[in-house]
Amino acid sequence: MTYAIEISDLKKRYASGFEALKGIDLKVEKGDFFALLGPNGAGKSTTIGILCSLVNKTSGSVSIFGTDIDDNFALAKKYLGVVPQEFNFNVFETVFNVVVTQAGFYGISRSVAEERAEKYLKQLDLWEKRNDQSRMLSGGMKRRLMIARALIHEPEVLILDEPTAGVDIELRRSMWEFIKKLNEQGTTIILTTHYLEEAEQLCRNIAIINAGEIVENTSIKALLKTLNQETFILDLDASLPAGWSLPGFSVQVSKDASSLEVEVIKGQSINAIFKALDDISINVVSMRNKSNRLEELFVKLIKG
Amino acid sequence: MKNSEIWVAFYTILVREIRRFTRIWPQTLLPPAITMTLYFAIFGNLIGDRIGEMGGFSYMQYIVPGLIMMSVITNSYSNVSSSFFSAKFQHSVQELLVSPTPNWVILMGYTLGGVARGLCVGLIVTVLSLFFTHLALESLFLTVLVVCLTAVMFSLGGFVNAIYARNFDDVSIVPTFILTPLTYLGGVFYSIDLLPDFWQSVSLLNPVLYMVNAFRYGILGVSDINVYWALVIVCVFIVVLFGFGLRLLNQGKGIRS
Repeated sequence: MTYAIEISDLKKRYASGFEALKGIDLKVEKGDFFALLGPNGAGKSTTIGILCSLVNKTSGSVSIFGTDIDDNFALAKKYLGVVPQEFNFNVFETVFNVVVTQAGFYGISRSVAEERAEKYLKQLDLWEKRNDQSRMLSGGMKRRLMIARALIHEPEVLILDEPTAGVDIELRRSMWEFIKKLNEQGTTIILTTHYLEEAEQLCRNIAIINAGEIVENTSIKALLKTLNQETFILDLDASLPAGWSLPGFSVQVSKDASSLEVEVIKGQSINAIFKALDDISINVVSMRNKSNRLEELFVKLIKG
Repeated sequence: MKNSEIWVAFYTILVREIRRFTRIWPQTLLPPAITMTLYFAIFGNLIGDRIGEMGGFSYMQYIVPGLIMMSVITNSYSNVSSSFFSAKFQHSVQELLVSPTPNWVILMGYTLGGVARGLCVGLIVTVLSLFFTHLALESLFLTVLVVCLTAVMFSLGGFVNAIYARNFDDVSIVPTFILTPLTYLGGVFYSIDLLPDFWQSVSLLNPVLYMVNAFRYGILGVSDINVYWALVIVCVFIVVLFGFGLRLLNQGKGIRS
């Protein structure tokens, strides 16, 4: 089977002696929506940097759609579109020129580049800004410009390195809708983000990297199944009576006794909680997870 | 990449470079025009009249080829060094690095961009000089050949400078402390025949002397050195600098971690 990305025993030691990657193995299937998560300094950006040739690897192998980057990096690069963390376009160029110039670097003729630039700038709501200098754009628009630029050569794989950092909620949602559509059309998406609920909602498979090593590489579903315990917060329509308890559960009651924090261990039924409250004529107004489920696992895995 | 794609990539870099220096023409094209006009007025007309002839020509005519060449050298060098360093500084060089454009195309694109600015400024200065004196043209072919090769050589030098530069000071150090002294001592304003033997020998170590004199020969037909030897030296420098620049790019020096 040919993978979109296949990384084997990849190591990176910087000139300072810092070992950013300690021999990671990673496979991303074609058409996947893949999350690469990890704390700051874990090695995510180094991995992405190696994939798109901004970082020289120390050893190991990387193949993109079956093309080893050591054999034919130029071909491998054609498969990739990259949206980096930092804004890295020429701020004095117009929005239109930023995108069309990037197409030129891929050998795409001007006429084709202009057609595609119009298509992607319209899809990303930037067409009205096409003649503005890119430095005049807002932060969210700059992010969208980088996505349009990364798509101009219509890559098979789109790598998004924390693309929603500092982006407001509305824009973030519209961005994800756009990326989801791309994925549905067959583009493989690799995402790094600090918003774990994004990864949980969007991605099918996940790798968690910590201190230069892959500590988990599985599907989101399989990972969430390993969650042994969840904490729920229940808001109530009345205060709980003094001394109330819930046998079999670890419970914390808020100061005004109008909300509960209940730890539910895998296998326990939450119906018992509702029944106990119903017995004392208290209704549950709302219920939510105390923290994102993936976040709980992430913290557990990172802490080792 | 196919040959047609390589051509598109090269053309894209070249056009972008030309668009850059023409967009900021008050910084790139106007200053050399003003500076050289002052040189022509002060050194050529005011002081030159008192100096008399040099090499069989009026002092004004004698210094014009040198001043044109000085403009070409400094502008082709600074165009590439500032453009590539700015791309590094802004990280916009990553646009090129993530693309399949071969390194030799990147190097050629930036170099030709520098050549374009050098020739553009050279042409402006030449036109301005015609307001102060008339110029004969001994050999159009040699004149164009020398000015083009010199612009290529210094563009490549500017590229190497930009690769090593870590801050804006590093970009200006070489032009200020190396290029300018070499140019001023490279026979722009005088013939080395006027120097004592020892300093004549020292001057022969200055590569700029060969380019200025070869260019002057192309225009006036006089030179302190053998013109063909000058062409050989420039070509050797071009080959060495191109090879060195390409090696640095392949290694990712200053641009890849």
